Amino acid sequence: MFVELLGTHFVHVALAAGAVVAVLAGLLGPLVVVRNNAFAVHGIAELGLTGAAGGLLIGLDVMTGALLGSLTVGLLLGLLGLRGRDRDTATGALLAAGLGLGVLFLSRLHTYASTGFGLLFGNITAVSDAQLTRLTIVAAVVLVALALLWRPLWFASVDADAAQARGVPTRALAVAFPVLLAAAVAETIQVTGVLLILTLVVTPAAAAQRLTARPVHAVAVSVALALAATLGGILASLAWDAPTSFFIAVLSFAAYLIARLTGTRTAAHTRAGPEAAPRTTVTPADGGAHRHEGTSGAAAG
Amino acid sequence: MSPHHLGQGPAGPPEAGGPVVRLEHVAAGYGHRAVWSDLTLDVAPRELVAVLGANGTGKTTLLRLLLGQISPTAGRVGVLGAPPRRGSPRVGYVPQQRALDSELPLRGVDLVRLGLDGHRWGPGLPSASARARVGRALAAVGAESYATAPVGRLSGGEQQRLRLAQALVSDPVLLLADEPLASLDLASQQQVMTLLDARRRDADTAVVLVTHEVNPVLPYADRILYLAGGRWAAGPPTDVLTSETLSLLYGARVDVVRVRGRVAIVGAPEDAHHPDHERAGSDDGGR
Repeated sequence: MFVELLGTHFVHVALAAGAVVAVLAGLLGPLVVVRNNAFAVHGIAELGLTGAAGGLLIGLDVMTGALLGSLTVGLLLGLLGLRGRDRDTATGALLAAGLGLGVLFLSRLHTYASTGFGLLFGNITAVSDAQLTRLTIVAAVVLVALALLWRPLWFASVDADAAQARGVPTRALAVAFPVLLAAAVAETIQVTGVLLILTLVVTPAAAAQRLTARPVHAVAVSVALALAATLGGILASLAWDAPTSFFIAVLSFAAYLIARLTGTRTAAHTRAGPEAAPRTTVTPADGGAHRHEGTSGAAAG
Repeated sequence: MSPHHLGQGPAGPPEAGGPVVRLEHVAAGYGHRAVWSDLTLDVAPRELVAVLGANGTGKTTLLRLLLGQISPTAGRVGVLGAPPRRGSPRVGYVPQQRALDSELPLRGVDLVRLGLDGHRWGPGLPSASARARVGRALAAVGAESYATAPVGRLSGGEQQRLRLAQALVSDPVLLLADEPLASLDLASQQQVMTLLDARRRDADTAVVLVTHEVNPVLPYADRILYLAGGRWAAGPPTDVLTSETLSLLYGARVDVVRVRGRVAIVGAPEDAHHPDHERAGSDDGGR
């Protein structure tokens, strides 16, 4: 059964689409993590759902609608240029309102349940040849733009003040990045669905930065992990009858856990300098040790 | 304007012996609010000028003016004989310190490298000459031993040295530093001042440094620019840091006390009328 499925066309298309999306998500992930944009990714994805549902209502294709929806909110978030808590609350307000509209759109569709489920949790096997072509074109455009903006984007993401003094157009980049992100998110929705978007856009990058401090390596590891989780997830869902996005999420999270467990040990060596302060662990009354994780949580501010 | 063109500044000093910075009757402010006005000041090569004053007196505003990020509301500003220009490699900038995230996938060498070509388009290719320049900048601040460690795990003093190396890697003629001593322990403050002093002596770099900390900079400052309530006083430390000058500047009685080689300013209002002046200013620019 599994071997027979491997020979079918729809599996080839799914694997190709998964690979394209994984490369895109893996490349953007480290910048998302460094810029602390995980919540914005979620907001963009949920507005992508609204766009997709709205698009279906007026006769557009799911991907076109998702792309329009997420690009709109990406541009909006970029132009608002919000920072810190203000950015998170505005994103929250925007995504909740958008999702409400999305529910209305979905309820007007005859295929309410199946379409909604596909958008929320992904439906990679439904990707058609034409969609794969479009997916690849959008990905190529994002990749070229990303390559062009690569160094200034990193500079602005790491140290905006120094970058600005050095002539980096930080304001323009603050608009350009969410737009690129929106295009990538609209594509990733196809694979993981809206709700599991972070499993490809954030988790691999979060794992990667636990393993290496070199930016180039972090990006390479992030792409590799996103690819492994996506392709592995698609193949696993053929072998065992369970949703693709479940397997992708499991694989991606497993990689993150392993990176955390092995990564902290190497970190202990580098912070052994005389001036390095010990990490504070707070043990609250309920007994469990909590540590606030600034980059992996969706609600991190 | 393409950042590709930013690398080519005019060659050599603008005019032999000319000032690096020239401010003529300059006023600066945001909107209708003037921060300070009628400021006239020259900074010569190799000179170290410390800019003192409470929060909101326009210290950071002065740096933003010299970086070309804002325009003066009156008067003329000259940097290397021309109006200041954004992104000039001949002006180095050490921004106000902000803690780097401990998980940041970035090493010291990467941080310094950004100062060399982080503004250029494209992903960048490995370059032996760029690596050598980064290596020299790291050596100049004595940061080689931790240059490949994750920056977020370094101490404040170590991070500050790396920022200094980043500002110096483009070999600037003018170095601007915004609170480079803030949140550093005394030993690290000393080290940063020693490095700044060495740089200007070795390379004739003019240094304009904004600070709250009077005493660590005093042994090195050729001149003090003291800002208070929209007015200013400038001159050698022994002339500016006197009870008479500061009382005149503040329009209230201020005592400058020297105890065991340290200076204490007593009676100066800690914050100006608009404590959020500088903050609002730098936030505008960061967006």
